[in-house]
Amino acid sequence: MSAGTRLENANPFIFQRSGERLLTASEEDENVIDPIDDREIFDIIRSINDPEHPLSLEELNVVEQMRVKVNDQESTVSVEFTPTIPHCSMATLIGLSIKVKLLRSLPDRFKIDVHITPGTHASEDAVNKQLADKERVAAALENAHLLEVVNQCLSTRPA
Amino acid sequence: MAADSAQLLGLVEEFVSGQADSSAADIATGVKTGQFSILQLVEALGLSLTSSQTQTRGRGVQLLSQVLQECYSGLSESEVKVLVTFYENRLKDHYAMTPHVLHGLTALAKCTVLPPGSAVSILKALFQDVHVQSLMLTERSCVYNILISLMNSREKELKGLGPDFVFGFVQAVDGERDPRNLLLAFQIARNIIYRGYDLNLFTEELFEVTSCYFPIDFTPPPNDPHGITQEDLILALRAVLTGTPRFAEFLVPLLIEKLDSDVQNAKVDSLLTLAACAPVYGHKELAEFLPGLWSSIRREVFQTASERVESAGLSALSAITSCLSRTVLTSDSGDALQTFLELVLKDCQHHLCEPDLKLVWPSAKLLQAASGASYRASLIVTAVVLPALFEQYNSRTQCTHRRTLLEVLQGFIQPTVSSQPAEREENVLLPFQKSLCSVVFSALAESNASLQVTATKVLATLGQQSGLLLETDVEIAVDHLTRLVVEEDDAQVSLAVMDCAGSLARLHPAVFTSRMVPRLKDEIFTEPMAEGDTSTLPQSRSKAAARERSVKALAFISSQLSLVQESAPVLLQVLAAAHKGSSSFSTEEVISVCRSLQRIAEHAQHTVEIGDFFHNVVIPRLLGLSLQAALHSQRCSGHTSPLTEEAVLSAIVPVISTACAALQSVPATQMAAQAVSLFLDGDVSFLPENAYPSQIQLLKSQSDCWSQSQLVCLLMASVCSLSQQVEIPDIDRLLVQLEELIFTCTHPFSYTSAAKCFAGLINKRAAGQALDAVLEKTLKRISATLDCESSAQRVQAFTLLIWVMKALLLRYHPLSVNLTDKLFCLLSDNQLGSQAADSFSLLMSDSPDVLNRSCHANVRIMYRQRFFTENSVKLVQGFNSAEQEKRSVYLKALSHIVNNLPRQVQLSELPALLPLLLEALSCPDEAVQLSTLSCLQPLLMEPPPALTTQLEALFTRLLALTTSPAMKVRITALRCIHALSRLPTHMVLPFRARVLRALAKPLDDKKRLVRKEAVAARSEWFLLGSPGGR
Repeated sequence: MSAGTRLENANPFIFQRSGERLLTASEEDENVIDPIDDREIFDIIRSINDPEHPLSLEELNVVEQMRVKVNDQESTVSVEFTPTIPHCSMATLIGLSIKVKLLRSLPDRFKIDVHITPGTHASEDAVNKQLADKERVAAALENAHLLEVVNQCLSTRPA
Repeated sequence: MAADSAQLLGLVEEFVSGQADSSAADIATGVKTGQFSILQLVEALGLSLTSSQTQTRGRGVQLLSQVLQECYSGLSESEVKVLVTFYENRLKDHYAMTPHVLHGLTALAKCTVLPPGSAVSILKALFQDVHVQSLMLTERSCVYNILISLMNSREKELKGLGPDFVFGFVQAVDGERDPRNLLLAFQIARNIIYRGYDLNLFTEELFEVTSCYFPIDFTPPPNDPHGITQEDLILALRAVLTGTPRFAEFLVPLLIEKLDSDVQNAKVDSLLTLAACAPVYGHKELAEFLPGLWSSIRREVFQTASERVESAGLSALSAITSCLSRTVLTSDSGDALQTFLELVLKDCQHHLCEPDLKLVWPSAKLLQAASGASYRASLIVTAVVLPALFEQYNSRTQCTHRRTLLEVLQGFIQPTVSSQPAEREENVLLPFQKSLCSVVFSALAESNASLQVTATKVLATLGQQSGLLLETDVEIAVDHLTRLVVEEDDAQVSLAVMDCAGSLARLHPAVFTSRMVPRLKDEIFTEPMAEGDTSTLPQSRSKAAARERSVKALAFISSQLSLVQESAPVLLQVLAAAHKGSSSFSTEEVISVCRSLQRIAEHAQHTVEIGDFFHNVVIPRLLGLSLQAALHSQRCSGHTSPLTEEAVLSAIVPVISTACAALQSVPATQMAAQAVSLFLDGDVSFLPENAYPSQIQLLKSQSDCWSQSQLVCLLMASVCSLSQQVEIPDIDRLLVQLEELIFTCTHPFSYTSAAKCFAGLINKRAAGQALDAVLEKTLKRISATLDCESSAQRVQAFTLLIWVMKALLLRYHPLSVNLTDKLFCLLSDNQLGSQAADSFSLLMSDSPDVLNRSCHANVRIMYRQRFFTENSVKLVQGFNSAEQEKRSVYLKALSHIVNNLPRQVQLSELPALLPLLLEALSCPDEAVQLSTLSCLQPLLMEPPPALTTQLEALFTRLLALTTSPAMKVRITALRCIHALSRLPTHMVLPFRARVLRALAKPLDDKKRLVRKEAVAARSEWFLLGSPGGR
């Protein structure tokens, strides 16, 4: 982040991070099958970095567990995300990051749907349309510059 | 004599004509041994030095210089004087001569007998006749070395040169590019500044010529033989730039400018340099830049994504504040510190009122850094900030807001070294004492877990500063803590509460004795609800949890003798009650009581009195109770006391051994005598409650009843952990009886404990005939039993073998080699083979209850490495010659050994072992796979070069293991694959596509834990070699 550029939202609200998922006895049992559930999907996307701030999407409340829906049998995932401000120019990028992270982290039987929480962004429809368009997502990832920004959002912060 | 000079002439001739460079060394040795003198050498050189051929003259000077470098220390003052004059003149000679001349001068500059005036004349000649930057690298370094030597020996003369010296240096160094020479140049500059050379006219020039390297950006070439790092250069340059306040007017603007740049390293370096300046500077130097500096620092801390920049910014702010605090107030300028802090407060304070916004933390950190810088600063800052925080805290009702505010508050009350009040100054927090306590108590009363955790931390911080908690406040605090211990279910909270209670109990033991201990005791002894009623099940469970927490809390607070005297009896009472069956304590509860006792026993290391208390009261009571339980269970078979259970006894062992290990020599000797006479002769006189039968023989094995024989573990606890100097009475008889017990007993816990006890005694016994005799007898019996395949006691003999072997291995006893060979033979044994393989893990790891350093065992350093180097070859051979189905035994043994080796050794041994480890990965035994994987995983974090040639094989095996039926194997294999993504990109990039494809499968694993690892690994592999990734 260069010193000259101004942040769009320099002082955003910060939310608490949820703790690590508690380990249950059945998860350690070899013979039990654990279905993929909402929390598991949320755990995958909550640590994605915000493109502007050194904060995770969870800390900015862009993603919430209650806005993640998964159906393991039907192999569908639906994620709603909420930009911090209605005019956030990063919305598409954030959506793309979530989508890419899920594509990389879920078995390919899943149909992944990522969209903006209704009523929280000025150009909601346009962004949703872009994110739903397979061709455009694929094309975006061909663009080295875009891929670089997405990868930066997805890279784990050095401890 | 004539022969000598002829020889010298010959040597000189050889060198000058360019035939043999080695003759220089010969001459040097000659001069050193006194065979030739320097004068003779110069005479012999005569012709070549005056030759009209530049080359010949060059060779002549070169020879002289080389000889001088070897033997400058033996020169006399008059010789030096002549040589200096000669060399100075040679500087005016042809340019090809200059390098040799400089080498000679470097040697002469090191002479201790340099005549007065020479230093100045050398320098004048240098500065006048040499253009340093057009010389080669080594010659430039000669010039710097001459300067350094002369500065060290002739400081006064050089200072006589005045500003000319600085000017000469500035000219010489201007344009230097090599890091090696820069380090020298920075050293000279530092000397100029710190040793008070006259800078006056050339301050700016000296600054210019050094500051042009700021910020340093240097990447050492790979395989750099000189080992200069960027950090070395940065520190050397920083020492120069921050050396004098006279640079301030140039340096501070430069720093502000670099702070505004986009390069992170430049920012960090500028901030750290700023922090390093502040101790040298005063208000005068900084005054005009303060607003600019503050706004730059603020911007960096507010906006940065990097912790390095943030912490550098904070340390810079703190340094500036402490610099301003040192300035003496003058009547006309007003208080600089006050003005600066007002600026800081104005920009940061309002962010503290928005506890859910991002900037609350950076603001708090900035204010804390400023406040921690000095006592005066903390007075000014806390006076403004604390009331505001209290007001915010009281007006906010959301727990998350309150927690943030409390955490911020904690940062402000944390004492720092530099803000410590001086004598006769009072703690800055004293005026806020009441409000602080009321905030903390109100937070402790809330039901929010994280708020409570923070509150306990604040409370502990308050407790550590004198005067902040009044007696009544401590009482209220203890009541709160007691309530939380009893009522609060959340694991995090109760841990925090116990830590806090522990730290307060150290300072106020009396309050805890009177208020917490009785309350916890009540809690422990009140019965859970009536059993059998299902509706109260959760209630009784929570009751049990409260009991457990109370037991734990007793251990946490017992660090002072007065508290131990109160709390340990309560715990012992629990054991007695459990033994009698008068109140219902489960086995787990009894074990946790033992754990608490062990925790308390750990304090005996620091407090002798606690050790004595354990020796006089706790240990006899424990032994007595266990003995009663054992005797009781033998007689009637109604209620069985939990103290006869193996798990409980194993929990009592560490209590006794921890306490015994801390005993001083007198009580320790007494302890040994008491324990031995109890077990050998049934002497119960030192036990409380004299109600034991007269004939007790604890070391005699009874065929069907092991309740007595298993008590041998308590013997082990009390005699094997005493210090090595303590003489164990009757040791021979004891060893004989132990051996007998081992071979006659069939109860595994009993004979294993007896074997451990045997080993513990053997390990500490002084070398000599007595020891050899015992060993010979015992080993004979062991081998006889082992050799007889049908013997019923083979397992017992094997157990004893392993423990004796461990005892001898640790002290490097020569017999351990024989035993190792025996163990190797057993690897191919049908019955004991797999046990033998597992025993390698026992040999190599620390056992918790005996034969470790805390039990004062005789452990020589690096016994593991030694064992490994002596035996790895045998293992590999054994593996190669074994039949297919027995090979896994060798692999298992190997992986046990390698797993326990220190990392450095693992790394150096890996090349030899890698093929075998890879083999182990494809071995079908899951235990071998898992143990090999867990051995590989830490190695992959920092992969050794040997691995890189085996990557193909490694990937094939690891990827295959991701579909193993055992979940733990899948998880560890995925972790290894994750770790491999950190190898240098060019090595692993070829595997990227393959890994990504193979990892798609575990993404759909049936176990969540496996999927989690797969997701983590696959995301990293996606980033590999991709833009923005790695």
